[in-house]
Amino acid sequence: MNRPETVAVAMSGGVDSSTVAAMLRAEGHNVIGLTMQLWNQRRLAGREGMPESVHGRCCSLDDVYDARRVAQQIGIPYYVVNQEERFERDVVRPFVAEYISGRTPIPCSLCNNHLKFDQLLIVAQQIGAERIATGHYARVAYDGAHGRWLLRCPADLSKDQTYFLFGLTQEQLSRTLFPLGDMTKPQVRELAAKHGLAIAEKPDSQEICFVPGGDYKRFIDAYLAEQGESLPDTAGELVTTSGEVIGEHAGVHNFTVGQRKGLGVATGSPLYVIQISGASKQVIVGGDEHLYSSTLRAKRVNLISVDDLREPMRVRVKIRHRHEPAPALIERLSADEVLVTFDQPQRAITPGQAAVFYDGEVVVGGGWIT
Amino acid sequence: MRRIYLDNNATTPMLPEVFEAMRPYFSEHFGNASSIHHHGQETRAAVENARESVAALLGASASEIVFTSGGTEGDNLIAGLVKAGDHVITSSVEHHAVLHTCKHLEEIGCQVTILPVDGCGLVDPDDLPRVLRPNTKLISIMMANNETGVLQPVEEIGKIAAEARILFHTDAVQAASKVPIDVNRIGCHALSISGHKMHAPQGVGALYVRKGTKLQPLFHGGRHERSRRAGTENVPGIAALGKAAELAKDGLVREDDRSLAALRDRLEREILAQVDDATVNGQGAPRVPNTTNLRFDHIEGESLVIALDLKGLAVSTGAACSSGAIEPSHVLIAMGQKPDQARGSIRFSLGKQTTEDEIAYALSLVPETVARLRELSPTYRRHAVTG
Repeated sequence: MNRPETVAVAMSGGVDSSTVAAMLRAEGHNVIGLTMQLWNQRRLAGREGMPESVHGRCCSLDDVYDARRVAQQIGIPYYVVNQEERFERDVVRPFVAEYISGRTPIPCSLCNNHLKFDQLLIVAQQIGAERIATGHYARVAYDGAHGRWLLRCPADLSKDQTYFLFGLTQEQLSRTLFPLGDMTKPQVRELAAKHGLAIAEKPDSQEICFVPGGDYKRFIDAYLAEQGESLPDTAGELVTTSGEVIGEHAGVHNFTVGQRKGLGVATGSPLYVIQISGASKQVIVGGDEHLYSSTLRAKRVNLISVDDLREPMRVRVKIRHRHEPAPALIERLSADEVLVTFDQPQRAITPGQAAVFYDGEVVVGGGWIT
Repeated sequence: MRRIYLDNNATTPMLPEVFEAMRPYFSEHFGNASSIHHHGQETRAAVENARESVAALLGASASEIVFTSGGTEGDNLIAGLVKAGDHVITSSVEHHAVLHTCKHLEEIGCQVTILPVDGCGLVDPDDLPRVLRPNTKLISIMMANNETGVLQPVEEIGKIAAEARILFHTDAVQAASKVPIDVNRIGCHALSISGHKMHAPQGVGALYVRKGTKLQPLFHGGRHERSRRAGTENVPGIAALGKAAELAKDGLVREDDRSLAALRDRLEREILAQVDDATVNGQGAPRVPNTTNLRFDHIEGESLVIALDLKGLAVSTGAACSSGAIEPSHVLIAMGQKPDQARGSIRFSLGKQTTEDEIAYALSLVPETVARLRELSPTYRRHAVTG
């Protein structure tokens, strides 16, 4: 990118997005800093055992002040955009609903699809920015030969965030910059320090931003209580893979596939959650060997490097954020559904998570595991 | 970039004469106004002269003026007019300084009734007799609304309060200097104003308290302000507020408010002529001369404020939370708007310094910016198609 452009940077107050803003500014672009106000941590404070005092990371005032300070320091206009209603509708409610139906959701992907690269991009365009830049570790490139915008893995594979970005459309990719794609995290911190950014030493955030301490069960209880809704009764039986009822459980949202702890039954050999059935409220448990499966179905598939899957394609498929992509064959079942057949059975394929397809370092596309 | 400031209901630039009036009280005349010696005498005189000026602006006597830190403190002082068990009446469009104070009063054992407003944002005084209770002690209803500029029928409310022998407080923060104020015509027992909304600095204000009205102080300490507000006086701020009050009175005598209203009306008229699906919030109600709150359907006011700021025009939506994110206005919601309508509204508020040329410049920016936002608005596109 050589021509100076007007770019809106999605700033969280963290090191990565702050550095992006400083880099683009130093390159001579007309940079506008935007922070999305997504969730008010005070809402659930003190409810159902949620902490009284709010030190959560999501949209905390400290983070907004950090972003504002960075913007002031590098001399760019900065605004906070209120997206609380949409975040609740498109991320928090589905997050809660997925757990209640026995799936394990990824709110970050929902947020990317519905907020960051949708609403924020619209706001960015409305206020005159041609593109949006974020601090994600990923790369975007245009493939002239095929006329497609490509999403590629970053140089620092340990920070790869492409798994959360599989839902981006061609239009969104064409308007997106990931300036950190060629850098490692230590390089980013170094650059932040070089720009004199006050947040250069700030620790990375890890957990789901709106769930303080990562205790999602408590969050779900508190959210439903606030809404005046009661947690649907999803208590049911613990059943072995051979159909034997060995106990009861308090609700399917307490489980995730592959989980070993907290089953509440003592047996000779280790037991794992193999499958959760929202319909029958059964949690099926079994030995480690039962966790392996060779196929999965992905729904609501978004394709990036190809416009269609006309014939089966050899790819590597990643089934959770920290999963080594495994060789597989993907083939289309219907308009937005894909069958993935792995060469080797994979452990703990989890409904609600994403299956993301890679051709080398290029993201072919992805969908939601059913 | 040329910058035009049309957000004077948020704060106003200090006038040069006001700055000159406060300047000597930082280092040259630095005395504590309570001191016996020469230095104290100098600053005491400044404080008392300012008190006279503020009283003159409000039609009050000097002894009825208590200097405060601003409008919020004045509004919080209504807590000093009531005790647990009393009933308080307010309105749904009050500033949070009053609404949240009333919420606090509820927590300490008062009963609170919040009166609704009509589609123009007006309280109906006829509602008052119906909500009066034997233990009703206080009515607090604002003079002018900060978001819409709508003027409440405070004189009628004052009459009802007098007949019922109830205290009446009015938040006149957005009215002072914009319209004439006479505490005796209004018949109020307390009235708050804020310096920085009338070209004095931030951090100073005043509360009028009618002679004979018992006010429990919020601050305890020395016997400053006739024991109604402890703490060493903010002499530079008070001197500035005095000067700003004088200038405001002169301006009202000259009927400067008419030329301000003419500028506001031009802005409003020409925007409405050039932009479809735009309406004035509070139209039909009497309004202060400097404010227009416009609703543009199918856009987010937040995006419009940002887009205009990037082009050098400072305006605002009603309320921002501490992060700076915009929240749907409780005032527009109280006027019966849906949240998305309320979110499409922005406020233009002019000041003494606003020129004809600035209004022309604003007019060159607003219609085209609204058009651009709508072009990129998913709901507007659907609206255009189904039309």
